[in-house]
This record gives sequence, C-alpha cells and structure tokens, in this order.
Amino acid sequence: MNPVEHITSSGSTTELKSGKPVLELRNLYKSFGGNKVLNGFNLSLYEGENLVVVGKSGSGKTVMIKCIVGLVEIDNGIVNVFGRNIIGMGQEEMDELRTEIGFLFQGSALYDSMTVRENLEFPWRRHKKKMGSELSINALVHEALESVGLAHTVDMMPSELSGGMKRRIALARTLILKPKIILYDEPTSGLDPITSKEIILLMLNIQKKYNTSALIITHDMDCARVISNRMIILVDGINYAEGTFDELIQVSDPKVKAFFK
Amino acid sequence: MPSHIPFKDSLKDFLVEVGELSYFTGRFFKEALKPPYEFGEFIRQSYFIGYNSLPLVGITGFIMGVVFTLQTRPTLEELGAVAWMPNMIGISIIREIGPVLTALICAGKIGSGIGAELGSMRVTEQIEAMEVSGTNPFKYLVVTRVLAATFTLPILVVLGDTVSVFGSFLVENMKGAVSFHLYFNKMFEALEFGDLMPATVKSFFFGLVIGLVGCYKGYNSDKGTEGVGRAANSAVVIASLLIFLVDFLAVVMADIFYEL
Repeated sequence: MNPVEHITSSGSTTELKSGKPVLELRNLYKSFGGNKVLNGFNLSLYEGENLVVVGKSGSGKTVMIKCIVGLVEIDNGIVNVFGRNIIGMGQEEMDELRTEIGFLFQGSALYDSMTVRENLEFPWRRHKKKMGSELSINALVHEALESVGLAHTVDMMPSELSGGMKRRIALARTLILKPKIILYDEPTSGLDPITSKEIILLMLNIQKKYNTSALIITHDMDCARVISNRMIILVDGINYAEGTFDELIQVSDPKVKAFFK
Repeated sequence: MPSHIPFKDSLKDFLVEVGELSYFTGRFFKEALKPPYEFGEFIRQSYFIGYNSLPLVGITGFIMGVVFTLQTRPTLEELGAVAWMPNMIGISIIREIGPVLTALICAGKIGSGIGAELGSMRVTEQIEAMEVSGTNPFKYLVVTRVLAATFTLPILVVLGDTVSVFGSFLVENMKGAVSFHLYFNKMFEALEFGDLMPATVKSFFFGLVIGLVGCYKGYNSDKGTEGVGRAANSAVVIASLLIFLVDFLAVVMADIFYEL
C-alpha cells in the first residue's frame, strides 16, 4: 500500500483545496542513470494555496520543481499548468507559459554582470509586448523593490548585496512578470534565523498582495509551519505523507516523525 | 582480454565531444538567423572582447615584429639580402604569423574568459534563471559572444599586424637607417591581393572557432567550481588546436585556388 493512503488526513486538509488545481503533477517519473529520483510523484496546487514539499537532501525536490518549468525533462507522467500539459509543448508556448510562473532559485541566481535594476528589467524587456509600454518598467521595478523593502539598492551590483538581500531581489525579479504561481526552491537555506523569518514574512505578504499560489520546497520546518496551508512529505520519490502541518506532526510513522524532530 | 580499454574510452569521449560540438555549431547558425536579434548585447560583447584585447594584441604584436627582425637580420646580412627585409616581414607577418599569433593570444584571453563566464553562470543557475523567465539563453549568451568574437578578431589581427610591422621598421630604422617611406613602400610592393585575402578570411574563422569553443565549454560546464576551471582551460586548449587546423586548411585551400 502506498504510505500516503494511510497517512493523508481525513479530508479537512485545507479550505483552499477546492476547484481546479492551477498546477498538477501526475505519476511523475525521473531517473538519472540507475538512480530513480521521482517514482510516481503526484501533486496538486490550488489557487491561493501555499503548498510545501519537504524531503531529505537529494530526495528529488529540486528536480521535481525544475520539471514543472521544463528545466528537467521527465521520463514519464503529466505536468499540467493551468490545465495545459507542458510535455511536448513548443518552445514559444513554453516561454509564454513560463511568464506565468515565478521561480526563486536556492542561490538567488542574480545576473552578476547587471545592476539590480537591469536584473529586474531583463525578463520584462523580453516580454515587452505582453507586459505593456516602456513607461511602465520604471514603476514596475520600483513597485517590486518596494515590495521586498529594498528600493535603495536599485543601482547596486549583486556583489554588493548580502545573501538575504540577494534572495529578496531575486524575489522582486520574479514579481516583474506578475506570475500567478511562484516556485520557491529552499527560500531560507543558508540564511540566519532572523533573515529567514523576514523572507518567510515577505513570502506571505507577496502572496496577499499579488494573489499568487506558491509551491515551496524546503527542509526548514519553521518555514513550513508558518507558511504552509498543506504539506507533502517526499520520500523515495513518492508523496509519502500529505496533510496540514498540525496533522502531520501527530503522525507516528518514523519516516514522517523524523522531519519534525 | 581486459574489459576496460583506456584507448577505446578516450576515442569514444573524443567522438562524443566532436559530435556535441558539431551539434552546438549547428544550433548556433540556426539561432543566429532566427529573430529576435540581440543587437545591444552583440555590441556590448564586441566592445568587451575587442577593446579589452587591444593592449595585449598590441604589445605582443610589437614584440613579435622587433624580435623577428632582430633574429632574421644577421642571416640576411650574411647573404647580402638585408634589403629584402621589408618584403619578407610584410609577407610572413601579414600572411601567416600575424593572424595565427593574434588568434592564439585571443584564444587564451577571449576563449578562457567566455568559458569561465558562462561556466560560472551555469554553476550559479543564472542560465536556468534566464530560461525560466522565458528568455532563450543560447541566443542571448552564445550567439552574441560568438558573433562578437568572429567580427572583432579580424580587426584585432589588422591592429596586431600594423603594430608588428611598425616594430620591425623601428629596428630597421635604428640598425640600417631605413626611412619610413622606403620601408613601407618596399613592403607593400611585395604584397598582393592573394596575400591579404586568405589572411582576412581565415581571421573570421579563427574568431568563430574561439567564440564557439569558449561558449560550448562554458555553456555545458559541469557543476561546481572545478567545472568552471576545466571549462576555461579546455576552451583554450581546444581552440588553439582548432586554430592550427583551420590555418592548415586555409593554406592548403588557398594554394589549390591560386594554382587553378
């Protein structure tokens, strides 16, 4: 029996879990050589929801979110974003869809040869037609930087910023294209507890302000507790357990308990 | 018989590398022709690649001209042919030594720079960040750099040749009291269109090779800082080898063409 069947709590996981999912992964398989990373993984993210996926390092969390934006090709399964299967999608259609999905990388991935302003303008300039007139870019950059509380860094280079500031700027960059879904890859890793808390609060504020849905990959249980509406525990490439934080913390299964120690 | 044969593995690796580089080259031409065009980034890269290489190309070119003249002069004096010095310098530097030496210097400077830059962008997920923002990183990073290297290298070769010939003139002026007018008149008398054309054409190919190999190695760099170092190093080694291969082919083809 799939462990998720007996660990998933009985129906009341979250009020948000209704309607059609904005993002859906069905029976996702991915191997690297003989190493099976995802082994039939399933996930549904609903509008306005914060879904947290936790798992040990190397359990395939990052591979899973990279599959969603087509950075990693899957072996088998279905990836539906806003009801459209990305498998076999053409490059142009994929690029169009990617503008609806923000991606916060673990290492921030700011373009280090560009200033903060240029970093933020870069995605916008590539989707000018869709995003509107040239006049709006200054306002958009200002608004995004205001949202993360770093309006004063606009002309700074990434090398002049601290780790926490880089993470915030990267988050501001994802906001420029006004995405409907934001994928967070370990948003608090490598940060001190105070900065981690600031980032978590920022993620919550952004969700409120921009009305986004978020899929958060983490092994930071403090982050999961504060931010999640629902959680999935990824073990051996499958959703081993699913439920709210409060439900999962009470599960006696040792593999689930290990995450809450 | 041992199951593991190192030669077989090396041959396989070599063929895989050749195949991947060929595919990368094909993709470059396909993407270069397809709009939208990244003119701004192309100009920026041309400026960085060209302007930053000017001092190095100038200094090495000058030293080459001086040394070449100093080394050759005694032999020509012995043969009573020192008056042929400008002709010999003109033909040897403009036809062969200038383009090859400039290309090798640029393989070291530009090739390793591109390899390390793209390699570190790969390692720090900047290339993936471009992809997820709906930008084609191949077009933005690779096409612009390869085109910039292709079009700036001939300019650098012309500069290197000019400085080199000027270095040679200074030696001749000091040792043989040859005037500027006489030296350059004699040099240009010896040069024909057939000397300039292949040298210019092959300079474009040298630039193409340097850009392509640097981008290929950096763009496909392994994860980790070790991968960045390896990308920069192998970009220089492979580009240098390919420069000699392109030079060999250019000389053979020019020879056949002029015989016909």
